[in-house]
Amino acid sequence: MSDTKMPLDLDPADLLPPAEPVQLLDDEGTLHEVDGYPLDLKDSDFRDLYRYMVLARRVDKQAINLQRQGQLGVYASLLGQEAAQIGGAYALDQQDWVFPSYREMGAALVRGVDPGKVLHLFRGTWLSDHDPHEHHFGLLSIPIGTQALHAAGFAMAAKLDGSDLVVMSYFGDGATSEGDPHEAMNFAAVYEAACVFFVQNNQYAISVPLSKQTKAPTIAHKAVGYGMPGYRCDGNDVLATYAVSRKAVDRARAGGGPSLIEAVTYRMEAHTTADDPTRYRTPAELEQWKRRDPIARFETFLESEGLLDDAFRAEIDEEAQAYAKRMREEIYDAPHGDPMELFEHVYADPPASYAEQRALLQRELDEHGTS
Amino acid sequence: MAITMAQALNTALHDAMAEDDKVVMFGEDVGILGGVFRITDKLQERFGEGRCFDTPLAESGIVGTAIGMAMYGYKPVVEMQFDGFTYPAFEQIVSHLAKMRNRSRGTVQLPVVVRIPFGGGIGAVEHHSESPENYFAHVAGLKVVSPGTPSDGYSLLRESISSADPVLFFEPKRRYWLKEDADLPVRTEPFGRAVVRRAGTTATLFAYGPMVRTCMETASAAEDEGWDLEVVDLRTLNPFDSATVVESVKKTGRAIVVHEAQVFSGFGAEVAAQVAERAFYHLEAPVLRVGGFDIPYPAAKLEEFFLPDVDRILDAVQRSLSF
Ligand SMILES: Cc1ncc(C[n+]2csc(CCOP(=O)(O)OP(=O)(O)O)c2C)c(N)n1
Repeated sequence: MSDTKMPLDLDPADLLPPAEPVQLLDDEGTLHEVDGYPLDLKDSDFRDLYRYMVLARRVDKQAINLQRQGQLGVYASLLGQEAAQIGGAYALDQQDWVFPSYREMGAALVRGVDPGKVLHLFRGTWLSDHDPHEHHFGLLSIPIGTQALHAAGFAMAAKLDGSDLVVMSYFGDGATSEGDPHEAMNFAAVYEAACVFFVQNNQYAISVPLSKQTKAPTIAHKAVGYGMPGYRCDGNDVLATYAVSRKAVDRARAGGGPSLIEAVTYRMEAHTTADDPTRYRTPAELEQWKRRDPIARFETFLESEGLLDDAFRAEIDEEAQAYAKRMREEIYDAPHGDPMELFEHVYADPPASYAEQRALLQRELDEHGTS
Repeated sequence: MAITMAQALNTALHDAMAEDDKVVMFGEDVGILGGVFRITDKLQERFGEGRCFDTPLAESGIVGTAIGMAMYGYKPVVEMQFDGFTYPAFEQIVSHLAKMRNRSRGTVQLPVVVRIPFGGGIGAVEHHSESPENYFAHVAGLKVVSPGTPSDGYSLLRESISSADPVLFFEPKRRYWLKEDADLPVRTEPFGRAVVRRAGTTATLFAYGPMVRTCMETASAAEDEGWDLEVVDLRTLNPFDSATVVESVKKTGRAIVVHEAQVFSGFGAEVAAQVAERAFYHLEAPVLRVGGFDIPYPAAKLEEFFLPDVDRILDAVQRSLSF
């Protein structure tokens, strides 16, 4: 039966993002509670958030260095986006899942994925080297926005199975122009799947600014079109990204359906190590965002709360060194492995032609060696 | 009992869903309507809206969410309403469905079946008569299947659903009403095995899906000319049964590949190359390809001039014999 009326329980005004991005810590690091976004964090959580942000920055730096040393073919830095990524992932439980893009090293850390493993994609040893089921962290997805559909489908499956797990899909501002995130948000909304779409609006898709992606008032406004709430927050304020994610995740887990979060942030590094950002953005713009650094701001807050002392800093420092060391060990001169593995994983049940092609490669290896 | 291809496919879906509650079926209009060709008829009534459901109208969304559901542990069977509407899902199929197992070093399996009614011959409007199978036969990580008989329709669909690898399942839509005496459930030869539908000595016709029937009719008509044609049903394009193909060519010395898709760079080129590589000295004539012309699928009133038929195939046999 057709129904031309809007469902009465849905007032589009309730789905709209706030006029200003939700911010709990101002640029000076002072906490201002915001109605509707209660903070349920203990001191240990504050410390953890800080720890993850510092570790993410160090791991990121190590990855860039590995690239400069020729150890990685390319790398996509998250510098400046630590608060956005980590606040989001920190709102998840162990049973929950993350479907990342290629820039989600920070979210990977929160999920417990070994950063060295993630880098095999960028080194080119293999296309990935972590088991998604182990930490509930999908494979890094390079075709823009495509992973949003896997997230929606996963959440649809969880609902069908009676599970209350929540799925978080990360993608960028550029991805919001693609068809797949649109289809994903629409599917998730129609099936009321527990999926949170987390957009890191870092202002650019490589060189193209947000103004060339959309005429929507904000990315968060797009949520209304799917019949889901759009949240918008200061992406450089880890308490805001966390509080907003907390709300979206709790809502999803309670059966309230999906939502869209726009974290307004900035990519401080080049798009990837292969990019030259001086061609499309000014030093002044960079300088302006530098003053809004997510870690410095949170540090000020922690210090004022007496949560940051030298012992804790030293502890994180040690952990960061250990991470960096493990990454170097994992990646430095990592061989491409056994070329015969090329045939290993394509099919559970490979076609007969693989026998011939395997034999051909084996002959080539026997004749010319592996290098 | 006489069953149609459509009944065989519907029964296969039904039986698979009854046997394994992880099997779910979704797509456009597959619920209460039972699909535009009724292949999913009564599945929603029997198994509920959780396991057979209508989706928003978005093919990339259908395949992309099937990938997510498969990662969770379901075995999704999805329907592309028509061949020409598979294209919006191309990226999800090629970049993710086909590659995920390899990318993840075997830790993620995607047991997804994408069902696609394909091919022409039913007087359909533009975009409803395409033969896109070879786009997918070219992609490593996928299996590409196309039944030519109702019992193969049942058996190959069951095998597709239990396959740990993703399968693109091409249903010959003009043969949905083709009848065969068979009792379901039936198990025919597995993936990777071509079947000799008619043994002969003069030349071999290789076909799959809708053209199997056309080739059988050709073989009957050829008897009037005194030609004894062999018909080989390829059944699965990937995996490809080169052994049966080569064996047949060794026997007849003449090979003609038939499909609806345009000839240029079509699957026939692969068959011809395999024969050339593996049975060169057994050939009495070049391998010939019979298919649609190298033009976009024509308007319905002109499709009879486009599609391969008995006459065009007999003409190819004649050319082969007079080489
Ligand atoms: C489908 C597709 N088109 C183009 C590209 C090339 N590409 C890689 S990253 C990128 C920009 C993505 O921008 P955004 O979604 O904002 O994410 P960000 O890189 O800023 O995190 C482009 C165009 C791609 N990877 N996939």
